[in-house]
Amino acid sequence: MSTTKEIHGLFSDEEVLKASAKALVAKGVHIKDVFSPFPIHGIDPIIGVPPTRLHIAGFIYGLCGMGLALFMFWFTLIMDWPMNIGGKPNFSLLVNLPAFVPVTFEMTVFCAAHGMSVTYFIRNTIYPGKKNWNPDLRTTDDKFLIQIDLDENTVSSADIEAILKETGAEEITQK
Amino acid sequence: MDYTFKSSTKRLTLGLVGLGVLALVYSVLTHVPGQRIWANMLVNSYFFVGIGLMGTLWMAIQYVSEAGWSSGFKRVPEAVSQFLLVGGPILLITLIGGSHSLGWHHIYHWMDPEIMNPESAHYDSIIAGKAAYLNEPFFFLRAVLYLAVWIFFTLFFRKQSLREDLEGGVAIHKRNYGWAAAFLVFYGVTSSTASWDWMMSIDTHWFSTLFGWYNFSTMFVTGITMFALIVISLKRNGYLPDINEEHLQDLGKFMFGASVFWGYLWFSQFMLIWYANIPEEVTYFQDRWKNYQFVWGALPVLNLALPMLLLMDKAAKRNMNMMTITGVIIVVGHWLDVFQMVMPGAVKADWGIGILEVGLFLGFLGLFLFVVHSALAKAPLVAKNHPYLDEAKHHHV
Repeated sequence: MSTTKEIHGLFSDEEVLKASAKALVAKGVHIKDVFSPFPIHGIDPIIGVPPTRLHIAGFIYGLCGMGLALFMFWFTLIMDWPMNIGGKPNFSLLVNLPAFVPVTFEMTVFCAAHGMSVTYFIRNTIYPGKKNWNPDLRTTDDKFLIQIDLDENTVSSADIEAILKETGAEEITQK
Repeated sequence: MDYTFKSSTKRLTLGLVGLGVLALVYSVLTHVPGQRIWANMLVNSYFFVGIGLMGTLWMAIQYVSEAGWSSGFKRVPEAVSQFLLVGGPILLITLIGGSHSLGWHHIYHWMDPEIMNPESAHYDSIIAGKAAYLNEPFFFLRAVLYLAVWIFFTLFFRKQSLREDLEGGVAIHKRNYGWAAAFLVFYGVTSSTASWDWMMSIDTHWFSTLFGWYNFSTMFVTGITMFALIVISLKRNGYLPDINEEHLQDLGKFMFGASVFWGYLWFSQFMLIWYANIPEEVTYFQDRWKNYQFVWGALPVLNLALPMLLLMDKAAKRNMNMMTITGVIIVVGHWLDVFQMVMPGAVKADWGIGILEVGLFLGFLGLFLFVVHSALAKAPLVAKNHPYLDEAKHHHV
């Protein structure tokens, strides 16, 4: 048994899994991860996943996009080659701002969306040719899995398995 | 738990009404021009009738979309909609006062028959070209028709809702679907035409095809903000135990989204006219830029930038204090929006925000809150037999 590093509990219903995860956490078990074919509503706070900060990054990317667009307008249409815009030759970014708002908005959305997507890929280490790390491929179909790393836990593997069994795990595997 | 209309609340709301009447009397005695007084009556009655109408619209949207989450505070928009019965007649009187034969005010200067008369020195061929639509009989017929049909649906939805409390079952709920769809069709057309009639025709020469939607977005965001503020005040007083921050967050999303929607329409209307720079169109904004610069410039800050930044975070939408602060900003901002739709055409540069403006706004607010609170007290605060009540209790964002 000393070679056992991980315990996997397999479920066929996400609500059962949620109840099981709650029971495990209540007994002081640290859950490494949960695998599911779809996002399980409300699982994050149970297994202690901190709230995402992606939206904060998105806000900053949006600001960058806005700044970039305004800089582009200022440089190309005001500073480098002053343009007469709609019969309003006032050569001022501020006074011509209404004309720039639509494209500035587009750039804000563009940078926020792409920045968030790229951040998401990097943060989750997803890239072309990436090998999946699902412990059980059935979690991409219709099964749900709780992954527990024994090195992170002080609770004995026998106790963990007992809780999993009690709360309705269909299969318990050791790795 | 039923809502009791406490005598202290009664005193407060009626006190505000008294304040409004006082401001009105004071203005008449100090010889404030009648035009300005009537213009303020129009601003406030249109603003609060719009909020009341959002109560009916909200009910209809919830019925048609089979929404469950909002059924826990269903009585709030229902109570808000009851203001139509009081505000509608006030608005109608204000409109009728403009007719040429009464002549209490001339906010709608196209009502002057000289303008339509080719022989007259005051003849205006552009306005005369609109005579088929802008003539007194048709105008008042339309006003009565809009208000009558809106009030009919308001009373109907209220009656059905109270019947559902007693009878239960899903028969009433299912029947509401068709009626709500019918209301939405009628509202979809009349929300635009009413704003053309009552607001856009003040600046008779000018027109904008976006105007109806722009007015709708103003009403929509103010109405939802008002629901949120009333729900929060009820919660603070220990009512609505089943409404929690999940519902609050959804109301906050509506406030956020509708504010951005307003900003989009407001800016689209302005930007196209600014860009094209056609004299007959830009006069509208030149009037506002010249004499109402501060009010006009405050609109995108109060109604777009501040709600957007303050309500962007999830925690802010779930926080009653933050929602209240933003709600007050939105209500004031959109009142100013209606104010600058009416005033430049009605009184030109001869405006101000003084005792009359503030007093009359508070008076209407008091009347509105009085009607809402008495409507809340008349029925159980939570609709008993709404089929989605259980869903609302377990609402989770």
